[in-house]
Amino acid sequence: MTGQALDLDRVSKIYGAGGAKPVRAVDRLDMDVRAGEIVALLGSSGCGKTSTLRMIAGFEAVSEGSIRLGGREIHRLAPAKRGVAMAFEGYSLYPPLTVRENIAFALKAEKASPAEVDRRVAEIADLLDIGPILDRYPSGLSGGQQQRASLGRALIRRAALHLLDEPMGQLEPQLRTLLRGRIKFFVKEHGLTAILVTHDQTEANALADRIAVMEGGRLQQFDTPAALRDRPANMFTGTFIGEPPMNVFPASAALSDGRLRLSLPEETALDYPQAAFAPEVREAILRRGRVTLGVRPHAVRLDPAGAPAVVLANQWLGDQTHVAARFAGGVLVTVEHERARVAEGDGVGVAFAPEDLHVFDAETGDAISHGRLLA
Amino acid sequence: MDHASPLERILRGVALTVVVVFFMFPLVWILLMSFQTNETILRSPPSLVFQPTLDNYRALLGGRLVGAGSTLQVSYVQNLMNSVILSVSSVSLALLLGVPAAYAFARFRFRGSEDIAFTLLSFRFAPPLLVLLPLALYFQQIGLANTYIGLIWVYQLIVLPLILWIVRGYFEDISPDVEYAYRLAGHSWFAAFRKIALPLAGPGIAAAGLLAFIFAWNNFVFALVLASADKQPVTVGALAFITASGIQFGQIAAAIVLSNAPTLLLALYAQRHLVEGLSLGAVKG
Repeated sequence: MTGQALDLDRVSKIYGAGGAKPVRAVDRLDMDVRAGEIVALLGSSGCGKTSTLRMIAGFEAVSEGSIRLGGREIHRLAPAKRGVAMAFEGYSLYPPLTVRENIAFALKAEKASPAEVDRRVAEIADLLDIGPILDRYPSGLSGGQQQRASLGRALIRRAALHLLDEPMGQLEPQLRTLLRGRIKFFVKEHGLTAILVTHDQTEANALADRIAVMEGGRLQQFDTPAALRDRPANMFTGTFIGEPPMNVFPASAALSDGRLRLSLPEETALDYPQAAFAPEVREAILRRGRVTLGVRPHAVRLDPAGAPAVVLANQWLGDQTHVAARFAGGVLVTVEHERARVAEGDGVGVAFAPEDLHVFDAETGDAISHGRLLA
Repeated sequence: MDHASPLERILRGVALTVVVVFFMFPLVWILLMSFQTNETILRSPPSLVFQPTLDNYRALLGGRLVGAGSTLQVSYVQNLMNSVILSVSSVSLALLLGVPAAYAFARFRFRGSEDIAFTLLSFRFAPPLLVLLPLALYFQQIGLANTYIGLIWVYQLIVLPLILWIVRGYFEDISPDVEYAYRLAGHSWFAAFRKIALPLAGPGIAAAGLLAFIFAWNNFVFALVLASADKQPVTVGALAFITASGIQFGQIAAAIVLSNAPTLLLALYAQRHLVEGLSLGAVKG
């Protein structure tokens, strides 16, 4: 199962087109999903991810651009003709049918034999842990149960593409973790192609092969979870991905006496030997002069010889410590794996290894370098 | 409810009785009147003790009104039939037109949709007499005066906006995603409307239909102006009981009982279904 399954070509969604205030909910989105791949659309509310999903399903008209699925243009077809299955955020089960009938519903259209239907419903019920509620009606179920039934109704289909809109938002944490693994295995085992919409990056990281980060209707970055973490394409993805978020500070760079000096607000400075940076990286940073520095909380080291910071808060979370400190006119968060012996008001030193520095253009926010590599 | 003390329970019972008696009294009194002659109705002081008689019903159904010294022909049964024909046809037509329209207004935003919906609603607050005079003239010119078709058409002014606005609200309460899910499973837009939206809005459509039926049944002024004797519904037909030789209270009461029976039975029957439909809790957010 390789090759391209879904291809979005400069797709836009404009609400109120021709009116006084047209809104571009999705702005010239280019994206391709390979067959057998799970792609997550990740973003905060109103970033355009659900609009994108609904355009693929056919509930929203595509204002500009085209959508191809399996080489076939589908953006003008009726939803019934697109060969797409979808699990809805609001469950949307058919109230007069039991969970079993809801899940088996689409198989009627596929004209599957009763034995085949039973087998597949049992498989899905096992997968989602809904065996005991198969013969109950949606109105008597909890949100989590309805959500799993809705997910089952989508996964049971042999569609060219599965769209999952916040498929696990209502589940309890343990169940969610368990189901993520099972669903990923099921999707891979059956060679399904899926697009997952979520605002939960843990879910996106756990399920998706590639993640499309969206903001303001635009695609910010579309890459593997590891690449998003290590090589964010711009400030937005850098600060959006990762928990706690990346620390960012404005800085101006200058070279003197063979050392690269990064001056931060409030007389704070970071000083590195120039050899710590690859020549092309150094060159790119110095050419901009004014940049934004980003450091992941996990990469911040508490080091007495480092730049001065004042502790604002020290939170032990049971398995790690978050220390917030006042640093260079802003707030710096660090993560320690042990309990940190610092209290509010203590002065500490912080240091960042040059290979942990993400440098962004101060004006455009585009990434310049990640550690030793140019972006 | 369960924690009420005995005193509270007694007081609640008394309060309920007072309310029921207050609201039911006119109906019960009319029912009693329908079994009395004009003499026993009009005696003073009124009394609950009387010799029941079926004369009023006999006169109505037989079509002969025997007044003080004179006999009058009434076509009460014909009027009742007219009421049924007019109400049933106009509500059916309004459901046929109004339900798809309500669906369109609920689901699609098209140019001027709000304006059209509001215009339809405004028919409800236009004084009927304002429309009636020109309408009567036009109807006479094009031959629609004193026809069932003409009356059913005019009745749409009452029932169509009512059905449209009530049913629209019910459609708006149904999550469109349920229909989307059905359409994704390989069904057309129309199939989703028929198989998903209509059944889910069923109780609402029934409620709207019932309400519209009652409004149509009770209408007086349209039929008074636009229909002559053979097309008149009971509301207009009841005028015949105000005769030169006096008002036939007994027959009026019997006419009221008979003409209210269909709507009352319909309401009682539909009430069960309405409550059922509401308690199903169709879509949970």
